[in-house]
Amino acid sequence: MSLGNIRQGKLRLQKWYLATSDKERKKMVRELMQVVLARKPKMCSFLEWRDLKVVYKRYASLYFCCAIEGQDNELITLELIHRYVELLDKYFGSVCELDIIFNFEKAYFILDEFLMGGDVQDTSKKSVLKAIEQADLLQEEDESPRSVLEEMGLA
Amino acid sequence: MVAPSLKLQDLIEEIRGAKTQAQEREVIQKECAHIRASFRDGDPVHRHRQLAKLLYVHMLGYPAHFGQMECLKLIASSRFTDKRVGYLGAMLLLDERHDAHLLITNSIKNDLSQGIQPVQGLALCTLSTMGSAEMCRDLAPEVEKLLLQPSPYVRKKAILTAVHMIRKVPELSSVFLPPCVHLLHERHHGILLGTITLITELCERSPAALRHFRKVVPQLVQILRTLVTTGYSTEHSISGVSDPFLQVQILRLLRILGRNHEESSETMNDLLAQVATNTDTSRNAGNAVLFETVLTIMDIRSAAGLRVLAVNILGRFLLNSDRNIRYVALTSLLRLVQSDHSAVQRHRPTVVDCLQETDASLSRRALELSLALVNSSNVRAMMQELQAFLESCPPDLRADCASGILLAAERFAPTKRWHIDTILHVLTTAGTHVRDDAVANLTQLIGGAQELHAYSVRRLYNALAEDISQQPLVQVAAWCIGEYGDLLLEGNCEEIEPLQVDEEEVLALLEKVLQSHMSLPATRGYALTALMKLSTRLQGDNNRIRQVVSIYKSCLDVELQQRAVEYDTLFRKYDHMRAAILEKMPLVERDGAQADEEAKESKAAAQLSEAVPAPTEPQASQLLDLLDLLDGASGDAQHPPPLDPSPGGALVYLLDLPCAPPPPAPIPDLKVFEREGVQLNLSFIRPPENPALLLITATATNSSEGDVTDFICQAAVPKSLQLQMQAPSGNTVPARGGLPITQLFRILNPNKAPVRLKLRLTYNHFHQSVQEIFEVNNLPVESWQ
Repeated sequence: MSLGNIRQGKLRLQKWYLATSDKERKKMVRELMQVVLARKPKMCSFLEWRDLKVVYKRYASLYFCCAIEGQDNELITLELIHRYVELLDKYFGSVCELDIIFNFEKAYFILDEFLMGGDVQDTSKKSVLKAIEQADLLQEEDESPRSVLEEMGLA
Repeated sequence: MVAPSLKLQDLIEEIRGAKTQAQEREVIQKECAHIRASFRDGDPVHRHRQLAKLLYVHMLGYPAHFGQMECLKLIASSRFTDKRVGYLGAMLLLDERHDAHLLITNSIKNDLSQGIQPVQGLALCTLSTMGSAEMCRDLAPEVEKLLLQPSPYVRKKAILTAVHMIRKVPELSSVFLPPCVHLLHERHHGILLGTITLITELCERSPAALRHFRKVVPQLVQILRTLVTTGYSTEHSISGVSDPFLQVQILRLLRILGRNHEESSETMNDLLAQVATNTDTSRNAGNAVLFETVLTIMDIRSAAGLRVLAVNILGRFLLNSDRNIRYVALTSLLRLVQSDHSAVQRHRPTVVDCLQETDASLSRRALELSLALVNSSNVRAMMQELQAFLESCPPDLRADCASGILLAAERFAPTKRWHIDTILHVLTTAGTHVRDDAVANLTQLIGGAQELHAYSVRRLYNALAEDISQQPLVQVAAWCIGEYGDLLLEGNCEEIEPLQVDEEEVLALLEKVLQSHMSLPATRGYALTALMKLSTRLQGDNNRIRQVVSIYKSCLDVELQQRAVEYDTLFRKYDHMRAAILEKMPLVERDGAQADEEAKESKAAAQLSEAVPAPTEPQASQLLDLLDLLDGASGDAQHPPPLDPSPGGALVYLLDLPCAPPPPAPIPDLKVFEREGVQLNLSFIRPPENPALLLITATATNSSEGDVTDFICQAAVPKSLQLQMQAPSGNTVPARGGLPITQLFRILNPNKAPVRLKLRLTYNHFHQSVQEIFEVNNLPVESWQ
C-alpha cells in the first residue's frame, strides 16, 4: 500500500511498503498522479492501475490515494483513508493542506501510528492520538533545555 | 563557527516563495550545500533539523543520498527527537538495496530492548517498513519477546512486525505461529486485529498452517458474533458498525479457512447469515462489512440459500445511490456470473440499467456482465438493449460492445433473419469497430440462408445507398449485390417495402464505392468483383461493366489491376465460360470448406497472388481445369493463348502452377445447333467435389451478316435429372462474331443417368422469326458417368 497526497501534481506525502528504487518510485508516482488527476468528479473512487487497484478520495485540495491488491476490500480502504484524515484533523485542529506541508514529518508520524506495513495497527482513534501525544511530549522534554542557547548559536 | 541554520518551516516557506522552478532549484541547492557542510562538521545538535529539511527536499524529488549515514547517527542518539527523525529518514532513504541499511540493525536491537515504548514503537515501525530479510532474521528473537510483553501498545506493533518478517523470511513462520492461538484470547482490538492479520499471512503461506488454524474457526466465529451482537463501543465504531476493520479482517480469515472445507464452512454458515442480514447498510462502513461477507459466502462451501442471499445483496448494491457500491457490486457479480448464473440472472434488469452509468469503469463492467447474461430465452430483449447502448456508448467501449453483440448473436440467434438483421445493425452503427472476421461470417451466414437472399440483398442495398463509409458493411453489401443482384431487381419481397431499383442505379452505386476515397483496397476489390458478377445477373448489356473493368486495368493498385485484367480477359477471350465462373455460390457449410473459386476470391482479396504457392488452393486448380478444357476443346492452340502482360501477371502464375493436383480430364465441347451462321455450343464442367453436378454453358454465336435478336433458349431433361437454368447473359448476338450469349444450365444427376436434353430456340434473324426444337442425345459420356 502506498499513500500520497497530490494537488495540481505536488506530492505531499508518500509511503511505500514495498522496496522499489527511487527512480521506479518517481515513475510510478508520476503515472499515478496523471491517472488520478484525470478523473472527473462524477467517477467512482476506484480505478485499475498496473496490476493493482487504486482507491482515492479527494478532501479539499488534496487527493489521498491508496494502492491495494486484487483481493483487498475497496470499501474498507475508503474507511481507512477517512480514518487517517480524521486523525490529521484531530491532531492539527481542522487540518488544511498547509498544515501537512509545513508539518510533513508529523503527518508521517501519525500515519506510522495508524498503519504498519500497510495494515491497521489500532482501530481506536483515541488510542492512536494518545500515542502521538505521548511521543510529542517525549520530544519536548528532550528538546527544551537546550534549544534556546542553540538558537543563539552559543552551543 | 556554526552558522545559524534555517528552521525546517522557514526553508519550506522559502521554497514555496520561489516563483520559478529554477529559483526553487537554486534555493534548494544552496540549502543542501549548507546541510552537507553541517553533516561534514558533525554537528549533533542540529542534525535532526538538517535531516528533516533534507527529507523535505527529497519529497520534492531532489537527491538526498548523502543523508543516509546521518540517519544512522540520529537513530543511535539517545534523544527521542533524533530517533524520531532518524527512523523516519531510514524509512524514506534507506532500503534493502543500500548496504548502509544493515548498520541500523544494531540500533534497532538496542531500542527494542530498552523499554521506552515510543522508542520501541519507532524501531518496530521502521523494521516493518524497510527491514530486509537479513535484518528480519537477526531481529526475530527480539520481536518474539515483545509479543509477550504486557503493554498492548508494543505488542500490537510487534505482531504486525512479525507479519512483515514472515513475508520476508517465510521460515520465521515457525517462530511466530505458536503464540497466535494464545493471542486470539486477547480483548484489545489492536492486538486481535494484528493477530488475525498474522494468522492470515501464515495460512496463505503454508497449507500446514492452514490446517492448523482451522481449529480456531469456532473461536473466530465467536469473536465476530460478539462484535456484531453486543452494543457498539464508541471507541471502535464507525457509523454504528462495531469495528468494521476488525470485522472485515475476521471475515477474510474465515474465507481462507472455509475455502474447500465443508466442516469449517458449515461452522460459519449461521454467523455469515447473521452478519449479512443484520449489518446496517446506510453508510459505507456497514457496506464494507457486508461486501466482505458476500465475498466470503461465495468463496466457501456455503449453503445454496446463503449464496442466493449473497447474490441478492449484490443486487441491492446495484441499486445503491453510492456509485462506489455499485462498482464493487458489478465487479463481484462479474466474478460470479459463471458459477451462479441463475442467481445473477435475476438481477438482469438492474444490470442493464447500469449501462447508462456516466462513469466509464462502471458502464464497462455493466457491459461485460450484460453480455455474460445473454441466453437463449432473453436474447431478443437483451440485444435490443445492447444495440441501443452501442449507438450511444463511449468510443472506447464500442469495439467490445460490437464484438460482444456479434458473439452473442452467433450463439443464441433465434432465427437466421434476426441474426442477419442484428449483424447488419452492428455494421451500420459501429462498422469501424468490428473484428476482421465479421465480414466473412456475415457473408457465410447470408450465403447459407437461401430464403433470405432477397431480403438480405435489399436491406444491404438500402444501407449501402445511404452510407458507403463503413467498410465492413460496404464489403458485405457489395458481395451480396454481386451475388444476388438479380433478386434485387425483381422488385418484390414480402418482408420489406417494395423497392424499385434499376440496373443503372445498382451499377452506379458499385462504381461509387469503387471510386470513393473512403473505400479500402479490399473493399474496392469486392466492388469490382460484384460488378463483374452482375454481368451475368443483369438483363441489360454489359457495356458499362466492361468499361469500368477496362478502366481499372491500369489502376495503380496492383490487386485491382490484376482483377481487372483477369475480368477483362474473361470478357474478351473466355466469354463462354463467364457464366460458369461467375455463377452463384453454392450454399456453404459453416466451416466454409466449399471450393467454389468465387467464394475464395470474394473472401480474401489479397489471397489471389498468394494463392499460387499453396498447392491446395482449389481456386487455382479449378481455373487451371477450365483453361485446360479450353485447350482440349477448341484445339486452337497447344497451350493457352497469350494473355495481356501485366505486372500482376497472376494468370500466368496460375498456369505455371507447379504443384497443383492434376486436373481431371476435360470434357469436350459439343456443337448442338447451326443455322445460317448461328451456332449453339455446349461446354461442360463437372466440379470434382460434387460428382452429381454438371454445369453446361450454352454459347450462342453469330458469324452471319445479320444480327440475332430476342434470342431465347429453353431446355428440358429426363425426369430422373434436375435442371436449373440461369438467366442468359443477354438476348442479342450481333452480326459478324459479335458478343455471344451465354447461359448456364445446372444439372443434378445423382444416379449417373445418361444426360439427354431437349432444347427449344426462338430468335429473330434476317427479319424472320426462327423456332427450332431438337434433342441432344450425344452428350459426351464423361458428362454423366
